[in-house]
Amino acid sequence: MDTFDLLATIIKVVIVFVTILVTIIILGLAERRVSGFMQYRLGPNRVGPWGLLQTVADGIKFLFKEDIIPDNVNRPIYLLAPVITMIPAFMTFAVIPFGVPLEIAGHTVKLQVADINIGLLYILALTSVGVYGLVLAGWSAGSKYPLLGGLRSSAQLISYELAMGLAIVGVIMVSGGLTFNEIITHQQATSWNFWKQPLAALVFLVAMFAETNRLPFDLTEAEQELVGGYHTEYSSFKFLMFYMSEYANVITASGFMVCLFFGGWDMPFIDEKALGHWGVVLSVLAFVSKVGFFLFLYIWVRWTFPRFRYDQLMRLGWKVLLPLGLVNIFAVGLWMALRA
Amino acid sequence: MTTILFYLFSALLLGAALFVVLNRNPIYSVVGLVFAFMNLAAMYFLLEAYFIGVLQVLVYAGAIMVLFLFVVMLLNVQPDRPHPGLIHPDRWWFGIMALIFVSLFLLLIGQGVRALLTSPAEDAAGMGSVADVGEALFTSFLLPFEIASLLLTVALIGTVFLAKKKV
Amino acid sequence: MIGDYLPVLFVFIMAAGLAVLLLVLTHLVGPRVKDKVKLSPYESGVDPVAPAHTRLNIRYFIVGLVFIIFDIEIIFLYPWAVIFSDFIKRSPFILYEMLFFIAVLLFGYIYVWRKRVFEWE
Repeated sequence: MDTFDLLATIIKVVIVFVTILVTIIILGLAERRVSGFMQYRLGPNRVGPWGLLQTVADGIKFLFKEDIIPDNVNRPIYLLAPVITMIPAFMTFAVIPFGVPLEIAGHTVKLQVADINIGLLYILALTSVGVYGLVLAGWSAGSKYPLLGGLRSSAQLISYELAMGLAIVGVIMVSGGLTFNEIITHQQATSWNFWKQPLAALVFLVAMFAETNRLPFDLTEAEQELVGGYHTEYSSFKFLMFYMSEYANVITASGFMVCLFFGGWDMPFIDEKALGHWGVVLSVLAFVSKVGFFLFLYIWVRWTFPRFRYDQLMRLGWKVLLPLGLVNIFAVGLWMALRA
Repeated sequence: MTTILFYLFSALLLGAALFVVLNRNPIYSVVGLVFAFMNLAAMYFLLEAYFIGVLQVLVYAGAIMVLFLFVVMLLNVQPDRPHPGLIHPDRWWFGIMALIFVSLFLLLIGQGVRALLTSPAEDAAGMGSVADVGEALFTSFLLPFEIASLLLTVALIGTVFLAKKKV
Repeated sequence: MIGDYLPVLFVFIMAAGLAVLLLVLTHLVGPRVKDKVKLSPYESGVDPVAPAHTRLNIRYFIVGLVFIIFDIEIIFLYPWAVIFSDFIKRSPFILYEMLFFIAVLLFGYIYVWRKRVFEWE
């Protein structure tokens, strides 16, 4: 790795990090504005034009709020939990490519922070570690609502992790590789995986909503039963850290979905790699608009479906999604065997 | 660069392992063990065994340790029970266990050193990729793989049978 | 190859740095007025009754165990899926190998289903 590559990597890391943070800020506002739109009201529109600075103002307010650490918490774990939640949430996006490689002065710069040979498993592995943040936050608070919320959420996360893992297998089978570039190139050469494996896409979509703890699966913080769930006893920036992690996970999950089933940066009928710099711009735009759609879908679904009950959630994960994932794998296997 | 990282991760791994053993609070021990596994995974990556490295995180840190945490929380062990002390007449079997452990440990280290002296480690590049693991697993090691499914099924049924038994 | 993983280390440092920074910032900036009632655990406004940490339902434990076994099963599927497209061109045997593997595990799955592990009543 020469100096140019090292510099390019550092710049990419910083750009992606800042982009995620900015997207979180926009998403915080979008969540409230879109919710307002769907409920035929305005939503926050006073701070800055169209309320654009609302989330920034909220962030500053969080900073100046009292940093309450209740008396009977387990201090080290209580302080560690938001950190454990946040690190995987902000690390996962690194392997997702967001455009075709850029040519600068004879060097090729991949528009992806880390092109590693086990890209898909990297995301799954880090997601599985994210469970600790929730369960430790719930346990350390020394209070009943967080404990129940943390336990429920961990059981939910591990259940839906299985469905998510199964949905991915079909995609790996057709593209024959675990890197995002292989998967996207394969989709570009043939067609998007969504058209070939709609069942896997559906299973993945449901699992993705459950993994990010979003409605209709937000049982961890079902307000009516559990107050705030695992973060009931957290205040100021420590609460904000859970909030930011949730949004970062939502962004990564959308990017993951787009890369697996909707061709990543691929724009149909256009060969981005032949268009030079304009192709790069076009591919990034395609990726951003696809991810934007899924971010919108997250909010849309929130106001469309009621929350599941916990027994329904478990039944859906273990009795419906798991068999469906297996059926998809063997359908794909049979189809490929017949074509060979 | 890799050498520095190797020593860094080894030091963190050993530190975390010591923390696990010496700590009195079981929850702290679980967190320490998760940290130790992460460092172990990093060392697998340095050895270019990528698949094993990611499995270390996915299975040990992400699945088995979650269960450990559940068990510790399920039992709700209070860490403030009086400790009988490490050296105590009732604990004579500690000494025997330690003796067995140390002799096994020395034996293994001796074997490793002898193997290194007689035939230096081969370059294992290209051995750790998922495709290589797959090729080996589904051709040469097919029978063990199929037996693994039997083992998993037995574990599954055994677990549920024991846990659901009316006491 | 291992150089590909260097960015991952950078991202880790960034993420950990941000997390610690936020934790320290809020500790330094926010006001602090201690109050016995404020620092007591939240229990819908009444004084807390009974310690929070009691023995948990064994169901979480069973779900955790069943999860590990299925997780390992799925991990076996990844190397299989990676080599699948190459092997299937030669013979469909690779498909039967996995069919057998899953079929054996299906017995366990059906048993667990019948034992009502997935029912959360």
